[in-house]
Amino acid sequence: MNIELRFFASVREALKVAQESVTVPANVKTVGDVRAFLRERGGVWAEALADSRPLRMAYNQEMTGADTAIEEGSEVAFFPPVTGG
Amino acid sequence: MPVRVQTEDFDVSHEVAALRANSPQVGAVVTFIGTVRDMNDGSSVAEMELEHYPGMTEKALQNIVEQAKARWPIFDALVIHRIGPLLPLEQIVLVAVTSAHRGEAFSACEFIIDYLKTDAPFWKKEQTPQGARWVDARTTDDTALAKWKLPDTATGVAK
Repeated sequence: MNIELRFFASVREALKVAQESVTVPANVKTVGDVRAFLRERGGVWAEALADSRPLRMAYNQEMTGADTAIEEGSEVAFFPPVTGG
Repeated sequence: MPVRVQTEDFDVSHEVAALRANSPQVGAVVTFIGTVRDMNDGSSVAEMELEHYPGMTEKALQNIVEQAKARWPIFDALVIHRIGPLLPLEQIVLVAVTSAHRGEAFSACEFIIDYLKTDAPFWKKEQTPQGARWVDARTTDDTALAKWKLPDTATGVAK
């Protein structure tokens, strides 16, 4: 399955990537699976996307939890807790 | 219920005048303005950079305004949030709400800014004498949101 990835703020800086198209294997079915799949890249990926980090996730531009199922062509984003206002 | 994300500054008088133009039913206007402080967490701040998630930001702000309208009988609400580099003293965000009476306008305005702080995808990076640093989310913001008793799923907190 092909999905679009977006990274913001400190996560974007740590990974040195803002946006990426990626093909994920069939066993990657949820937003949480995507996070785990990307961690397997090791290095800064394992660190920035670690479960211990208070990351926020968005699916098709809406805040979501790890259990949300992904679909072909969807947009998955990872970022730190927001600090606007 | 306009929502705007922009680099340029805003003029509160102008925005309020536009919001209540031709609306004689309006009896109360409440505005909140957030500005850049020159101190944060014990460090002086020379400049701040605001990043956001284009597309999601506008949707999130619209959703917050919709929720305010569902909870209180307000007429209209305006949210303007700036992005890009900002200096101390500059304006960051404007929330303006119109209603017939002050109570619902005060409540809706506070709700919108509380919810924006925990749910709209903006991030602040500060330039301090010790170097650049990303601002940490405050637990006091979650506490502020909790008083509105939103369901957990609405806050986007990853479980």
